[in-house]
Amino acid sequence: MASTLAEKIISAHAGKDVKPGEIIVTGVDVTALQDGTGPLAIQQLEELDMVRAHNPAKTVLFIDHAAPSPRKELSNAHMSLRRFARETGAVLSEISEGVCHQRLVESFVSPGDILIGADSHTCTSGALGAFSTGMGSTDVAIGIATGKTWLKVPETIRIELTGSFSKGVYAKDLILHLIGMIGADGATYMALEFGGPGAEAMEMSERFTLANMAVEAGGKTGLFAADSRTRAYLEERGRGDDFREMTPDEGASYARIIEIDLSTLEPTVSAPHTVDNTRKVSEALGTRVDQVFIGTCTNGRLEDLRVAASILEGRQRHPDTRLIVTPASRDIYRQASGEGLLATFAAAGALVTGVGCGACVGVHGGILGDGEVCLATQNRNFQGRMGNAEAFIWLASPATAAAAALAGEIVDPRDYIKD
Amino acid sequence: MALRGKAWKFGDSISTDHIAPGRYFHLRTNLPELARHVLEDADESFAASMAPGDFVVAGRNFGLGSSREHAPRIIRFAGVSAVLAHSFARIFFRNSINVGLPVLEVDTDRIDAGDELEVDLAAGEVRDLTKGITLTFEPLPPVMVKILKDGGLVEHFRKYGDFNLET
Repeated sequence: MASTLAEKIISAHAGKDVKPGEIIVTGVDVTALQDGTGPLAIQQLEELDMVRAHNPAKTVLFIDHAAPSPRKELSNAHMSLRRFARETGAVLSEISEGVCHQRLVESFVSPGDILIGADSHTCTSGALGAFSTGMGSTDVAIGIATGKTWLKVPETIRIELTGSFSKGVYAKDLILHLIGMIGADGATYMALEFGGPGAEAMEMSERFTLANMAVEAGGKTGLFAADSRTRAYLEERGRGDDFREMTPDEGASYARIIEIDLSTLEPTVSAPHTVDNTRKVSEALGTRVDQVFIGTCTNGRLEDLRVAASILEGRQRHPDTRLIVTPASRDIYRQASGEGLLATFAAAGALVTGVGCGACVGVHGGILGDGEVCLATQNRNFQGRMGNAEAFIWLASPATAAAAALAGEIVDPRDYIKD
Repeated sequence: MALRGKAWKFGDSISTDHIAPGRYFHLRTNLPELARHVLEDADESFAASMAPGDFVVAGRNFGLGSSREHAPRIIRFAGVSAVLAHSFARIFFRNSINVGLPVLEVDTDRIDAGDELEVDLAAGEVRDLTKGITLTFEPLPPVMVKILKDGGLVEHFRKYGDFNLET
């Protein structure tokens, strides 16, 4: 039977050919919790007297949402994660390590794996050719203790990409465009599978941005084939042995095939308060911006910081617009520092913060005031997302964000890119 | 068993940020306190004014966003007997079953705020007593019925010590 990537990975775990709609109990390879969802998961295992990790080396507890802790309640929550790690041998990812999804792709997830994480953007690891999906604390708690979960095999939407991005257009513009097209529930219960020559030519950082936002269309995961670029990414991190080629079969059956020619796309933004409320940048020009935030599991990678720095270099932020830059992980921070990017940001008037989820989740560091407008490279602009229901969040690429920081309003990034 | 209460009406795209706002992140280890803010960013008066047994009635894609299980937990903790919506986001739907909160996909257009509702889970019926109409909903998948009947996934494991989803 010809299989999609999702069907292939789940079939390999189930030991039989699975079909969409089928419900199976399957082994999981990697499990993850973060500091917002972890304490509740641990509490569930305590209630069940099941405080253990089936595979401690691949059970990872991330302190990233409130790192470093801004309040004693969260400090105590962090203590419970550290204690669980000590008791079970699970891996603890400290405040200095970075955002869970970035750390998972760097060090823990391999092509062909099944990953369940108590964070909705767990789908990011799908870019490695792993079936990775977000679940709640209780589901992941059970996965940690037993090494198992239950899944409904999803149907797949194939996103067939051709052509290449024109100047000033990036993976973020593509995913916002796609979500605007199919809607915030356009892929509910389904897997997105990105393929075609346009996908094959993409760097891993671009693939991570796309897979990361699959859930913003309701998707269960966002998948890419594991190919030579995936292999090179793992080899660079000393993980060449973790590579397995993963491709969908010719003739696999898809619920829907969407073809997009990348060369037709333009810089795109999501307007408040839903991700699918998208428009071209040209239709949002002049929108005042009080704060620009560059970072997160969506766009806090080295390649993103390079794009932003190239626009900001030798220039100054608009006096009425503050700029926060938050590298997604320690490795990214070190490389960005080594390349001089962080100094470029500081010279342009930015605040460069430590690694983590930072301002995106509205916990601390960059909470908006009443009526304020933020342009952010993150994945969500829901009302209240950044800590204030009276504020407004726009989503954009790092290039559009950097240009807005200079202009103090939404502008076309192509006018700010140096040749 | 029929559930009975008043309808609280919400629109489309009620996100987990509306239900359990990020500014209360530090209360996630304190569900009773967090529950005092349930749905605060969609309807400020809801938490203080709703009565145990009442229903949350919404439009499309209820619960989109984060995987925070706290969202369905505090809806249940507040005493809501079920959430009725046109459609639900996947993670929220699964979390709700895991914590024992009935979530029903039903055409909610004809239900207005304040209507007296009676929900019969077994019969798959919502009776709007104010309007004198009966709406039907698709039964939950059998696996979810099983987990919900056990009282959630933790209780399921307490009972069987493993997944026991054969139906």
